[in-house]
Amino acid sequence: MEPKPLVVITGTSRGIGRFLAGHFLERGWAVAGCSRDVLDWPHADYHHFALDVGDEAAVCRMFSGIRKHLGGLDALINNAGVAAMNHVLLTPLETARKITSTNFLGTFLFCREAAKLMQRKKRGRIVNFATVATPLQLEGEAVYAASKAAVVSLTEVLARELAPFGITVNAIGPTPVKTDLIRAVPPEKMDRLIARQAIPRFGEFRDVANVIDFFLRPESDFITGQVIYLGGVS
Amino acid sequence: MNETSQILAAIYKAIEEFNLARQETDRLESSPETRLFGSGAKLDSLALVHLLVGIEQQINDTFRVNLTLASDRAMSRQRSPFRTVQTLAEFVGELLAEQGHGT
Repeated sequence: MEPKPLVVITGTSRGIGRFLAGHFLERGWAVAGCSRDVLDWPHADYHHFALDVGDEAAVCRMFSGIRKHLGGLDALINNAGVAAMNHVLLTPLETARKITSTNFLGTFLFCREAAKLMQRKKRGRIVNFATVATPLQLEGEAVYAASKAAVVSLTEVLARELAPFGITVNAIGPTPVKTDLIRAVPPEKMDRLIARQAIPRFGEFRDVANVIDFFLRPESDFITGQVIYLGGVS
Repeated sequence: MNETSQILAAIYKAIEEFNLARQETDRLESSPETRLFGSGAKLDSLALVHLLVGIEQQINDTFRVNLTLASDRAMSRQRSPFRTVQTLAEFVGELLAEQGHGT
């Protein structure tokens, strides 16, 4: 019997990451997930790693474990992210460091380690998470938007560096989706933001999954270095 | 087996795996003198990246330690540690010593 395809998803303890883990398990994938918390998900094909995505030693250990115990890797979804709504004049450096570490350095580390496994088979799919906050130049989200702009740039360059290994690297840029990430944002601010989208509504988990499914399809092997924003933002 | 032999064995194993995906004429010999980088080397830069990743994984399997071979230090040396299998093995030995491994 063919082994199940394996996807690594970061940030699976809640929100979009948790939904995506369930989505791929339902479709017959094995999932290696991670979050800072220990997560006891009773599914034979779900494997959890408790770590901080910006911790290089822990991330290397995770991938070394995947290589030895789960075999090859087919896809990576860099979902884990943090945000902090704050005017730049009131943003502590520590907050900026934390956002950069999780959103950018975490994405970089997972891309690097995942690509090391994928290049053995000469194929793989990486999907990073951008945000509409970058093209919309959202006030109050300077560090968050900048960290995700870095993810876009990383995506575009890695697409070229990893193409010879048969690995595609793309990104999805979600609109606000009702998760913990936007919990602290005032509703009127959120309404104004959504009004700037071509299709003015909150994103749903299924909207995110739809774009990722598209990037992961075998037929999408000629699509790389692209960012697809939801809601008609560009 | 002493540490130097273990390092060489790990590199040879990576070379063996690496050779599977290469044309017969482009295959690398498992020998300390095999040139990896610079004049006389059979590898282009991408192939070298591919081989170094394989060597990192074999070192991880043998010594249970995660090494990054292409560090700033390796890249900034006047004489690249990636010249031959032997110089690379010595460099791996240095990195392992720093991580508390030793004969």
